[in-house]
Amino acid sequence: MADKPIHPIQKLLDNPWLLLALGVLLPIISYTVWGLVELQNLKPATLP
Amino acid sequence: MTTMDPTVEGAIAEPAGDSDVPKGNHLPGLSRICGTTGLTVDLTAQKFIQLNAVAAVVCLLIGGVAALLIALTRWPAVHLLPAEWYYRMVTLHGLSMLILWIIFFEIAVLYFAGTVLLKSRLASATAAWISYVMMVVGGGMVAVMVLTGKADVMFTSYAPLKAHQLYYLGVILFAVGTLIGVINFFATIYIAKRDKTYKGSVPLVVFGAITAAIIAVATLLHGAAIYIPTWLWALGVIPNMDPAVYRLVFWGLGHPSQQINVAAMVSVWYLLSAITVGGKVLNQGVSRVAFLFYILFINLASAHHLLVDPGVSAGWKIWNTSYAMYLAVLASMIHGYTVPASVEVALRKQGHDKGLFGWLGAAPWGNPGFSGFFLSLLIFGFIGGITGVTLGTEQINIIAHNTLRIPGHFHSTVVGGTTLAFMAVTYYVVPLIFRREFPLRAICKLQPFVFALGIAMISFGMSFAGSYGVSRRHWDIEFTGATHAAGYDASVHVWLAMVGIGGIVAFTGLLMYVLPVVGAVFFGKKIDGKMTPW
Repeated sequence: MADKPIHPIQKLLDNPWLLLALGVLLPIISYTVWGLVELQNLKPATLP
Repeated sequence: MTTMDPTVEGAIAEPAGDSDVPKGNHLPGLSRICGTTGLTVDLTAQKFIQLNAVAAVVCLLIGGVAALLIALTRWPAVHLLPAEWYYRMVTLHGLSMLILWIIFFEIAVLYFAGTVLLKSRLASATAAWISYVMMVVGGGMVAVMVLTGKADVMFTSYAPLKAHQLYYLGVILFAVGTLIGVINFFATIYIAKRDKTYKGSVPLVVFGAITAAIIAVATLLHGAAIYIPTWLWALGVIPNMDPAVYRLVFWGLGHPSQQINVAAMVSVWYLLSAITVGGKVLNQGVSRVAFLFYILFINLASAHHLLVDPGVSAGWKIWNTSYAMYLAVLASMIHGYTVPASVEVALRKQGHDKGLFGWLGAAPWGNPGFSGFFLSLLIFGFIGGITGVTLGTEQINIIAHNTLRIPGHFHSTVVGGTTLAFMAVTYYVVPLIFRREFPLRAICKLQPFVFALGIAMISFGMSFAGSYGVSRRHWDIEFTGATHAAGYDASVHVWLAMVGIGGIVAFTGLLMYVLPVVGAVFFGKKIDGKMTPW
């Protein structure tokens, strides 16, 4: 009997290295880099 | 039609078929078959599971003593410590509990899941030694710096608060040691796959451990990114630390370090469901996708710590806390239903099917492994979940930020959830890994209830006092000696008394855990065959 095709999500779940890459990159991009860009683009407060 | 992989039905690997023949890739003479579970235990991994678990319990005791002193100081009628020692104990408590106790235990969980459940040897004993020594030395440096008054900066150590440079170096050493342990775990996963010690997908508990390890890598990278510059700043190499940048990057470490806990805790729930009542995972795909949500989204929720910070935009806050965070919350809700459902199905199959909740009444509540994990699930799911989701909302956060509602939330997740789950699994770790019987078994059976009661009191007391505006870390809510009268509604004294009494109850529960564990490890009856069932 031919092997059943494996669901793409199952392939993802069985690949710890891809999960590691996604789990590290996503928060770095969405939280850290985006946040740092916003902080760097803040204009200095003007003195009264 | 394609289907999710159905090959792994249980939360843990099936025991070896031939119980006297070790399976897997173990080196000759360096494995044993567990007389109780039939699982193959790598002896090198066993040693490091033991070392990390012992270090964890020592840190728990230190953090617990600090917790009692803090609780008795926040209770205005007692107000035990002077200000200086109060903040010192807050620092020690935060580091001991949120970092040292939890992460030592998590490294033990990773070594267990990567080796015992995959029938694999540990990838590198040398790396495990380096990791352990760095963690012990780093943790010791942190404790010494705090106790000698050179690091009264609290867990967050927000710049421009500055500690002695050895404090930061201690944190860095601990974090790098942890990262080496995590890499050793991934290397173990790699050699297990290479040597075909398992077929198909890894068991769900191992998948949960992989989730925890992935979150740990992201966490520790942020730790390096913030603590190395801060250390250089303390040394005078870097002239300034930007407080806004510090807060952003620090919370890439501070909150995700607690998300490692969540993944490890949920793995322990699945493990204990299987061990204590024979619970089977209802749907592997659903549970694994829930872990996937943790991997992808849970670290983005760090942004809720910055909801009142003016430097980051509403778009950044809304995306990271609302959309992303709710997918992680959804994952916790999935686990919060699937784990008790697996318990229910198992108990109904055993004949406990009277009425809607007959199975729950018939559950083995006298088994501390079960009661501890189920109480952990309830406290985490209900108290932790409700308080967490509300605090993660910008409109509520702006009212509750930096009030006692915050520790009211995370004492129900980190302590009532993770710590209680780790305590529960200890009632199996000691007999199965240390191969020692527990003494004082009646105390062990009572312990999860006492600890859960104390933590629930602390969490409720803090949450309600915080709702009245009581500040998070202030030593003296009476503002004694202030020029103008200040203070809070008189009713907060009731809630703060609840925190104090809850602290005493929880500390009693902690001693009821530590003393039998120490008694078992050092003086317990040796187990040669099967452990005595709870």
